[in-house]
Amino acid sequence: MSADATTSGMPGGPVAQSGAGSPVPERNTRLARAGDWSRRAPLLPALIFVIVLAQLPFIATLVVSFMNWNAYYPDERGFAGFDNFVRVFTDSNTRSAVIVTILLTVLVVGISLVLGLAIALLLDRKFVGRGIVRTLMITPFLVVPVAAALLWKHALYNPEYGLLNGALTWVFGDDAPQPDWISNNPLISIVVALVWQWTPFMMLILLAGLQSRPLDVVEAARIDGASAWQIFRSMTLPHMRQYIELSALLGAIYVVQNFDHVFTITSGGLGTANLPYFIYQTFYTAQDYGRASAAGVVVVIGTIIIATAALRTAFSLFTEEER
Amino acid sequence: MSATSDGTVNETGVLSATRADGIRRQWKDGAEIAPAGREPQAVNHAREPRSHVLLTLAAWMCGLLFALPVAWMILTSFHKEEDAATNPPSLFAPLGVDGYRAFFDAGPWPPLLNSLTASVLSTILVLLLAFPAAYALSIRPVKKWTDVLFFFLSTKMLPIVAGILPIYLFAQKVNLLDNIWLLIVLYTSMNLPIAVWMLRSFLAEVPAEMLEAAQVDGASLITTLRKVIAPVVMPGIAAAALICFIFSWNELLLARVLTGTVAGTAPVFLTGFVTSQGLFLAKVCAASFVVSLPVLAAGFAAQDKLVQGLSMGAVR
Repeated sequence: MSADATTSGMPGGPVAQSGAGSPVPERNTRLARAGDWSRRAPLLPALIFVIVLAQLPFIATLVVSFMNWNAYYPDERGFAGFDNFVRVFTDSNTRSAVIVTILLTVLVVGISLVLGLAIALLLDRKFVGRGIVRTLMITPFLVVPVAAALLWKHALYNPEYGLLNGALTWVFGDDAPQPDWISNNPLISIVVALVWQWTPFMMLILLAGLQSRPLDVVEAARIDGASAWQIFRSMTLPHMRQYIELSALLGAIYVVQNFDHVFTITSGGLGTANLPYFIYQTFYTAQDYGRASAAGVVVVIGTIIIATAALRTAFSLFTEEER
Repeated sequence: MSATSDGTVNETGVLSATRADGIRRQWKDGAEIAPAGREPQAVNHAREPRSHVLLTLAAWMCGLLFALPVAWMILTSFHKEEDAATNPPSLFAPLGVDGYRAFFDAGPWPPLLNSLTASVLSTILVLLLAFPAAYALSIRPVKKWTDVLFFFLSTKMLPIVAGILPIYLFAQKVNLLDNIWLLIVLYTSMNLPIAVWMLRSFLAEVPAEMLEAAQVDGASLITTLRKVIAPVVMPGIAAAALICFIFSWNELLLARVLTGTVAGTAPVFLTGFVTSQGLFLAKVCAASFVVSLPVLAAGFAAQDKLVQGLSMGAVR
């Protein structure tokens, strides 16, 4: 206990190993080992919990991906080698799901980021009703995703009585164009509904970033005659870089996995099935366990490749926050 | 102008002054020294009010635009079905609670209670597991604590859908399908990384000197936790609880695959709500609003906690 007191305040500091140069090395290492375990003990429940529930299933998925296993044909269960992977890679549905996932994530995260930054800049000044506007802005994020998807599909996009076409009738009268939003642009419809929910998320993090900026420096620059654009380019953006990266990283983690909107708005039809929906369908509807698992393994490998890069970013982000 | 001279005075002067403080002083001095009514400032003063009004207007427009769909949802939920589905929309149709009556007649209480059970219990479990873990990653850190921290984050990046099949098969085998406890455990593992990250970032701010002082004074672990750690970490616990509650309440994929008629949650109930033909818009809007209400209430009540939670404690 007491041996640890000196290092306890420095999370980043190396744990002092007092073995070298000590007169009684054996006793000290044993003490240190006991200390190590008393340090580890509080961590273990959470660590074991996460390993069992979030890691073991993926290993099981890996095993199943090499099996021929369809619940509709239980007698044909057996080893399949790489058949499932060959099918996953040659299947046009999978390729389309990969492309849709990438498109969806890049578009939603990109557009939400730009909008979020613009709105955060608007909210980063004192004006009448600022608190109310902030509250209004947060509202979309607090609607349960399925409910939001239902709202967009039925109350806004519906070609007959949705608010969008209703507004068109208001503006242009009876012969107003009445597009079928979802059928004409299925993917864009999903993107818009998702951007509506994720812009507040980006805005909140970016606004917090803007407000942590030392305003006095900006004031000083303004006094010295710097233009608003100059201040934004050379002072605000560099300061905001880590906040932008953080919100993009976190947003991407959630949007890549989006299931609710695809499931609700198009049911994966019209070429909008992303990987989560595709795997759900292969496993839940088609009951093709082997193939669903192979697709799952591909997703995990792809995620690991992207996540390694993302984690490196995250690492630099969070270590900058350290004392 | 006088920035350099003030700056050096500051650097040699007050020891604890932060950079911002120093600069604030510079700018105040500068303003005092600056001759009143300089050209650029005068221009700024003349132009500012109008651009300010425009910016305020733009901010209000954005806020109203983003809130509009929710406002429309609430308004529609109070309309009669035949008024809800008109084109052009009937803004001023008579209000009523038929939509809500239809929703509550459909038996939403079991799913709502399931959602509440799963969200609250999993949040409690998350906090019970995350707090000791965060302690072991900050106050008395294990070796390679950063590796452990990033291991937790990496599990958050693995798509749930890729692990759902083995979970389903396992649950089928041990008769846990359609059991709320399965969801509670899974939601706990889903949210645990977020809570560990958040609580760690708060615990890391507990002043080391105070911990040492407590130790020197012979305070017990419980006393140290209560008197030294709790005041710093309480906001973090609140933020973590808020975000874990929201994410559990919102979850659809796991609930849809692993539950049925008994343990189905509110989002699953919602997806099954639009099967009937005919007019249903008011009913769906009422249902969506009721199901979103707990999240809306919690989020509005704790807006600052929301930011902390969403950024996993990286932004305060």
